[in-house]
Amino acid sequence: MGITPNSELRTPNLSVDIAGLKLKNPVMTASGTFGYGEEYSEFLDLNRLGAIVVKGLSITPRQGNPTPRIVETPAGMLNAIGLQNIGVKAFIKDKLPFLRQFNTPVIANFFGDSIDEYIHAAEELSNAEGVRALEMNISCPNKQAGWIVFGTDPKTMEQVVTAVRKTTDLPLIVKLSPNVTDIGLTAKVAENAGADAISLINTITGMVVDVKKRRPVLANNTGGLSGPAVRPIAVRMVWEVYKAAKIPIIGMGGIMAANDALEFLIAGARAVAVGTANFINPTATIEIIEGLEKFLIEEGFSDINEIIGSLKT
Amino acid sequence: MSKYFKAKTVDNISLNKHFRLLNLSPLSDIDIPQPGQFYMLQAGDTYDPLLKRPFSIFRHEDNSLSFLYRIRGKGTLSLSHLKSGDIINAIGPLGNSYPEPHGDFIALAGGIGIASLLHLLAGFKNKAYLFYGARNKEELVMLNEAKAISKESFITTDDGSEGEKGLITDSLMKFFNSLPITHYPLPLYACGPTPMLRELSKVVAGKDIKCYVSLEEHMACGVGACLGCVIKTVSGYKRVCKEGPVFDIKYIIWE
Repeated sequence: MGITPNSELRTPNLSVDIAGLKLKNPVMTASGTFGYGEEYSEFLDLNRLGAIVVKGLSITPRQGNPTPRIVETPAGMLNAIGLQNIGVKAFIKDKLPFLRQFNTPVIANFFGDSIDEYIHAAEELSNAEGVRALEMNISCPNKQAGWIVFGTDPKTMEQVVTAVRKTTDLPLIVKLSPNVTDIGLTAKVAENAGADAISLINTITGMVVDVKKRRPVLANNTGGLSGPAVRPIAVRMVWEVYKAAKIPIIGMGGIMAANDALEFLIAGARAVAVGTANFINPTATIEIIEGLEKFLIEEGFSDINEIIGSLKT
Repeated sequence: MSKYFKAKTVDNISLNKHFRLLNLSPLSDIDIPQPGQFYMLQAGDTYDPLLKRPFSIFRHEDNSLSFLYRIRGKGTLSLSHLKSGDIINAIGPLGNSYPEPHGDFIALAGGIGIASLLHLLAGFKNKAYLFYGARNKEELVMLNEAKAISKESFITTDDGSEGEKGLITDSLMKFFNSLPITHYPLPLYACGPTPMLRELSKVVAGKDIKCYVSLEEHMACGVGACLGCVIKTVSGYKRVCKEGPVFDIKYIIWE
């Protein structure tokens, strides 16, 4: 490890820029794994995070799916929470004031089951003080088009991203579904429709069967797979999107430690989000930030941007 | 003081083929747990099993935390392999606790449910009418310990190998029937399998009894973020880890 006396003294730059949004470091929380920030504020200093991405919001509250909603899998878990949330208005009134106390940008994840719902949620969130960017979850079905998942049908996806793009001046991040044949193509569609950045991967659809009951374990039958089990798929997809699109990428999928985050950054992600790891280790994000800094010092880099997309193939 | 801490395994005693008692010594100052609260525990740092598991606090003394558990799946099996000196990560104390009883109370335990109620019994010695049921004698874990600190004990097993043969909720029903109605207002604390708690809800229905139940659900985070452990209540889904694990039984919708 080439530790020069010089690099030992200097703290490397960890800050990155996502579509004009300056982050003090590239580590954010993944939507749905960090509540509205409050839940984890007793475990870590929220000021230290690159950004906080909150639990997905819809224009009206959602009660979510029946239970069981989660099941553990080898090195992973399936969830079918059903996007339970308090709704955009309650978020702005009851949760956002708490988050405004911190010197960390808040990114509001949102969704809808029609284009109108997306537009309304985006409008309300864009006008809220303290929301610095929007992350659009397009992995939900469109009730006006036979419940086709927005993010798996290029045409529907283009329509909904275009519509939201017209609605907001905030940086717009589109969160891609990995349940597609060509992730690069999907990324291009989002980019051409006006996305400022892309985040990936959302969970991969999976199922676990209770063999004695001969029933799926989850009440929803299927759920989204997350955790270390999905990481190689996520890294591969980030790399494919990096080659296909020009806009910045936020990479996620099974990041448990700094080394995992580095895989994503090297493959082309400008920032990363930590999800399932929060459940197991509430301070995972902080340990990853510290681990990234240590890696840069040990490897003699002065700026994290030097390693982003530096993959040699 | 952080609720996320490292702890050293003092010992991990096998009580019989089903049950073990894990004693941990936290390596930093911790919050004092209240009866009914729980911890998320995990042995080892491999990713399989990936998630921590929730365990009620069984006993807390000075700088030690004890957990009574039953080997049931991957998580508890890996916990059973912990040896003296092994360090593990823990999160807790989490959730709410049993409201403090003022005077006598009823404690209703089904099987391993005794783990969370023993902490309550120990805090209020000789105040409890203990109702403790299990499948058989072997599964009445910590029976003597529980009896010793209770005012009166009523024991049942499914096979009659200890105490009366039958359901513990039937025994409770008989107890109520033997009392004049004016004697009902003893608060009731219960922890055990869902079928027992569902029966309990029928036993106390229509009676003017404060009845608190500690619920168990699969959890991923334990801190209110994942929304995996919700249960149905009259005011919508509530998180067992955050609004619970102790709920007033009259708000629960049993499915």
